[in-house]
Parts: sequence; structure tokens; C-alpha cells
Amino acid sequence: MAAAATSRLESLRNRGAAFGGAPFVGLILVAVAAGLVVGSLRSATFAQLTVQGLALGAVYGILALALVLVYRATRVINFAQGELAMATTYVAYQLIQWGLSYWEAFFATLAIALVLGTVLELALIRPVLHRSAIAAVIVTVGLFVLIDGIVNWIWGGDFKSMPSPFGTKIYHVGGVSIARLYVGMFVVVIIAVLLVWALFRFTKVGLGMRAAALRPAEAAFVGVRVEWMLAIGWGLAALLGAVAGLMTEPSQFLLEPTLMQPILVYAFAAAVLGGLESPAGAVIGGLAIGVALNLVVQYVPAITSELQTPFAFAVILAVLLIKPTGLFGHREVRRV
Amino acid sequence: MKARIPALVSLVTVAAVLSILPFVLGDYNISLAAQVGIFFIAVLGLDILTGYTGQISIGHGAFMAIGGYTTAVMSRDHDTNLVLTMLVAFAICFVVGLVVGLPALRLSGVYLALVTFALAVSVPLLPLKWSSYLGGRDGVQASHEVSNLWLYGVAWAASAILFVLAWLILRGRAGRAFRAVRDSEIAAVASGIELPVYKTLAFGISAAYAGVAGSLFVLANNGFAAPDEFGIVLSLQILIGAAVAGLGSLWGVLAGAAFVGLLPSISSSVPVIGSAHGRDVVFGAAVILVMLLLPGGFASLVAWLRRFGRA
Repeated sequence: MAAAATSRLESLRNRGAAFGGAPFVGLILVAVAAGLVVGSLRSATFAQLTVQGLALGAVYGILALALVLVYRATRVINFAQGELAMATTYVAYQLIQWGLSYWEAFFATLAIALVLGTVLELALIRPVLHRSAIAAVIVTVGLFVLIDGIVNWIWGGDFKSMPSPFGTKIYHVGGVSIARLYVGMFVVVIIAVLLVWALFRFTKVGLGMRAAALRPAEAAFVGVRVEWMLAIGWGLAALLGAVAGLMTEPSQFLLEPTLMQPILVYAFAAAVLGGLESPAGAVIGGLAIGVALNLVVQYVPAITSELQTPFAFAVILAVLLIKPTGLFGHREVRRV
Repeated sequence: MKARIPALVSLVTVAAVLSILPFVLGDYNISLAAQVGIFFIAVLGLDILTGYTGQISIGHGAFMAIGGYTTAVMSRDHDTNLVLTMLVAFAICFVVGLVVGLPALRLSGVYLALVTFALAVSVPLLPLKWSSYLGGRDGVQASHEVSNLWLYGVAWAASAILFVLAWLILRGRAGRAFRAVRDSEIAAVASGIELPVYKTLAFGISAAYAGVAGSLFVLANNGFAAPDEFGIVLSLQILIGAAVAGLGSLWGVLAGAAFVGLLPSISSSVPVIGSAHGRDVVFGAAVILVMLLLPGGFASLVAWLRRFGRA
């Protein structure tokens, strides 16, 4: 535990060095954005795919953000994050079946997810966390299979559908048609991300959570309840995952138990691209992956829609080969 | 030297029981025992990686898929001897393991987990893309048909060979390096161990084992390889088997393999959890309980019993 704390401290200290690469990364991002704008002005299809990609990418980004929050808090990759998101989406489906309106069910589900994530951390992750990261990862894998089984058990494996939260209206902007669905997805996700950012930035709980994640020992000294903060971190991640699940469902037009499995891979790609430790990197990485997947499938003949997930896999490998710290990550320095 | 004797006794006992089983079991039970043999190989391979080297793979189902498709395609197109296809599967998966492992293993173990998970989701999609050769969603049918007894014999013979191979690897220089990496990467580097080399080697070996298991898995499935047979849950099952097995014990690996190999058929005869997905509930709950209550897996139980017996 002490070693982990030191390594986190070191990585904190070395953060300054990482900013050396920031202008370069910023330049790339600006260039990419400019390219997208130019392409969108020249071709309506390109513009449409870009907007769709941004909306889908925002969803990948928010799931990636959930992964990053968990990773920062407990140094564990939660492989059940996607299945958890899927399960909470089923909860929303059930609430709607019971007569709640879509948005009532939406907020009720977020509350349930928050509690569920917190409880899971306290009950299942906490006891194995001190042992090894591998033990905790295996528990999340068990959770993956367990949740999958439970959802199939309760709701069955067949397709379900939920009412559309955004209707079927289509906006036309200068020859480009944009479904209201995509605008809605994007807006909901961005609002959720901004709220979480504000929570971390401006509230005492957020400060406590940051302290607990970065310097647990020092945080405990000044009275932060570290254990609770880490558990709430898991809860918040589950909440973000629920937003991802609820926004994925309308884009796929159906709900099935494997809903989030490809999305989780895209979120992994987004998180790795962003540097695995950077919340902003996760969201930007998600947007990049979303747009890239959409454009590549359209414009690269060799990559058909079946190859979307393998493409995301290739992105992960490429990032690890070329720049393992991603766009916004920093090298972890360990002191013996 | 003393410790060798009980180990030898264990080995002989297991070998004796395995050679008697075909004479006492019915055909259906022989197929189940063969299934355990197949998972024995996969779990053993993963144990080399996870138990001995401290790295985690969530995607060994992908290597099983590669091995399985290798056998099915070679059998379909060239009528190749099945044992030969297993050797080819071993070689291909070893190479793929090295290629995939190298970028991931330069970094901390977390990245290998990420990469292997993405691999496990990606590989079953490839046959959909190259459907003319790999059969698409309809899969590939091998031209050979094998009896359950053949499968049992080959699976356990392969298990024996690979077990000895693992023992030879682990007792030597490479095995020492693996354990050093697991116990402390920093100390291992300080003693002159090339981390990426040994981590990648361990990953390649364990991928190759999974490839052989995949070949047999397809043959056990009436020679039929299809994307749906190699879903992410298969990968997770192997990891669960390794977690139940615990570290480096023959009995542990046997228990882990029996757990994942037999549970589906046992639970399907139980009324409540016997539904299609009750199995997953049991798998998931069981692995979480094992991690919480018996962190060393079945192996630690064996060790504890042994100490208990001696006291």
C-alpha cells in the first residue's frame, strides 16, 4: 500500500514534466478538428457522419470516464463496468414498464446505479483490494459473468425496446440532416460530464475524493474518510455508466444483454488514447474514437462494420506501441 | 528431495485414475471427462501466465478461437491429420501471443488485461469479415469426425505432454525468471531479468496452450467452429478456472478445469439454475466467493490440508 502511495506521489510530482508534450498534443487536436470542419463543409455525408460520431463518441467517452475514475481511485480496471451499465439500463426499462415516464426512470436509475456501485465496492472490491490488483480484476470479471447471468435470467436474452427519449425529429442544417436523437445524446452526456467535473472541482466531497485517490495517507491525516471516498468514486462511475447505457440504447434502437460489450472495448480504446488516468483525456479520446470509427467505416473500403471492434483493438495496440502514455497521460515513475 | 515424493505419488495417482476412467465410464461421461481435459490444458496455460508470472489475461478464448479455426479449416481444406493441426495451432497461437503481448507488456499488467479483453471481443468478429474462407456466422465444419473415446485419449495425452513441458519450463531458468517477475518486477530487473522478454514469453506459451485447447474444443463440438462458440464468456471461464485453481498445483488446475468443464452440464440438470444462464450466475458468484474466501484458490486448500495432515 505504501509503495502504491509513493508511486502515486511520484507521478504527481512528475506531472509537470508531462506538460512538455501538451502543446504538441494540443496542436494535433486543433489540426484534427480543423480537418473535420473542412471535410464537413465539403461533404454533407462527411458532416453527418462526424456529428453522429461525436454523439456516439460522447457515450464511449463517458464510459471511459467511468473506467478512469475507478482506475484513479482504486488502481483497478473494472471489467464489469459495461455490464453494470447494461444492467442499470434494464432497470430503467423495468421502471418504464411499471409506468414511469422516460425521464423519471432515467433519474431513478442514476440514483440506483450510484448506490449499487458504492455497495459493490464496499462488499466485493474492498476486501480483496489490499491483496493484489489481479485479485480485484478477477472479482470484476466474476461480476461481469454474474451480472450477465442475472440479467439473462430476469429479463431473458431477447431484444427489448424502450420509448425514444428524444423523438424521431430530424433537423436540417444546410443540406445536412441530423437526427434529434444524436443531438440529445451528445447534450445529455456533456451535461453529465460537466456536472461530475463541477462536483470534483467545486465541492468538498469532490476535493475529498481527489485527495483520497491521489494521496490516501495524507488525506486520511487531514480527516478525509478515504475508504468512503473510494467507494463513492465507484458509485459515481456506475452512475456515469448508467448514463452511457441509457444513451446507447436509443442509438442501437434495442436493448439486449450484449448491448455494452462492444461499447466497453471502444471505451477502453478511448481511455488508453486519453492516457488511462486523465478524465479529460477519456472524454476527448471517446469523441475521437467515435468520429474515427464512423469515418473509417464509410471511407476505408477494407474496414467494414464488422471490423469496428477489431479497429478499436488496433487503436489500443497502436497507442501502446507509439505513445503508451496516451494523449494526456504521464509516465509513472516508481521509486524503490 | 522429500517434497518430490508426494508430488510423484499425486502424478501417478492422477495418471492411473485417468487410464482406468474410460473402462468404467459411459460414453456421455467420457465426453465430459474429455471436456475437463480440454479445460485442463487451457487453465494450465493460463496458470503459467497468471500464477507464475503475475500477469493477467482476460482473452484466452481468443487463442482458443484461433486454435479451433486452425484445426477446422485445415481439416476442411486439406484433410490434415488432426494431431498435426494441433501442433500448427500451438505454433500460430504462440506467435500471435508474442505479437499481441509485446506492446501490452512493456507497461504494467493492467494494459495486458485491457488488450486481451479487446482481443477476445475482436477475434470472433474476424470470421464475419472473411466469411468466404472462415465461414462467417455459419462457421466452419471440419471434415473429420472423432469419437468421444478418441477425444478423451488425445485430450489427456496432450494434457500430460503439456504438463511435463510446463514443468520443464518452470523448473529452469525461464521459470525462475517468471517467478521473480511475479514477486517483484523491480527486483527482477535489478537481477538482470529482461522484463518484456520473459513476460512476453510467458504470454506466448500460455497462448499456445490455449490454442491446443481450442483445437480440441472444436473437435469436441463435433468439429464445428463458429464465432458464437468463442464468446467473451469462454475467455472469462478460463480465467475463472485459473482463479479457482490457484497457483501452481496439479490438484488446483484439475479442480479449476473440472469446475469450468463440468459445471455447465451439472447445472443444466438442476431445476432452478439449470436455465440457459443459471450457469453464468453460478460461475460469477463462485469466482467472487473464491476470491473473497479462498484467495489462493484450490491450491491453497490443498496446501492447507497437507500442513494439517502433517501436524
